[in-house]
Amino acid sequence: MPSLIELAIAVFLVIGGVFVFVGSLGLAKLPDTMRRLHGPTKATTLGIGALLAASILFFLVMQNAGGIHEVLITMFLFLTAPVSGNLIAKAYIFRHKDIQESLPPAGDRGGWATLGEQKPAERAQRQPQRRDGPSAVE
Amino acid sequence: MISAACSFAIVAISVSILLNVYRLVAGPDATDRILALDTMVVNAIGLIVVAGIMFGTAIYFEAALLFAMVGFVATVAFCKFLLRGNVIE
Repeated sequence: MPSLIELAIAVFLVIGGVFVFVGSLGLAKLPDTMRRLHGPTKATTLGIGALLAASILFFLVMQNAGGIHEVLITMFLFLTAPVSGNLIAKAYIFRHKDIQESLPPAGDRGGWATLGEQKPAERAQRQPQRRDGPSAVE
Repeated sequence: MISAACSFAIVAISVSILLNVYRLVAGPDATDRILALDTMVVNAIGLIVVAGIMFGTAIYFEAALLFAMVGFVATVAFCKFLLRGNVIE
């Protein structure tokens, strides 16, 4: 029976190592930043989840101690990986004008919240209002 | 069996960290470098966890938890700096 649990721990460790490697390989080999985001946000998160599952099994069975730390690390990593990926994508869009031109319209009022005042369409919308302001005063 | 799997995982994670260092040095944009740093922190957490299994001690998990928190806060701070030109407004 312990050999079966050892086998499960070893399989989780190998799966975790393979997926962490696949995520970093995608980060190194893919041609574009938006495509490079896929590797670390999905494959590496899955690999870390498998490694932490192996750790939970190991400390639960071999040393008879519950693993609250691993559960905490798993929860924290799974909650924060999408947020950091979204922020990196926002920063990439903010820094590249050619991507900003190809974005779909965000809604009726204003542009994309990431771009703030820098959206050309929004600037064109605001300038007639500024022209109307002084003329109405005059 | 477990020690062999631990060795395999450590080798895989070490090669992953080398690939992250390549992207950190060669990345054409600043966001690539931020992404490489974020992935490197996650890989370091994996390395710490595998080392904990290999040595049979649970004393390293505090370090892994601290790495997770500090890495996320650093990524968010870098991205906010790129987006707004300021970290805390």
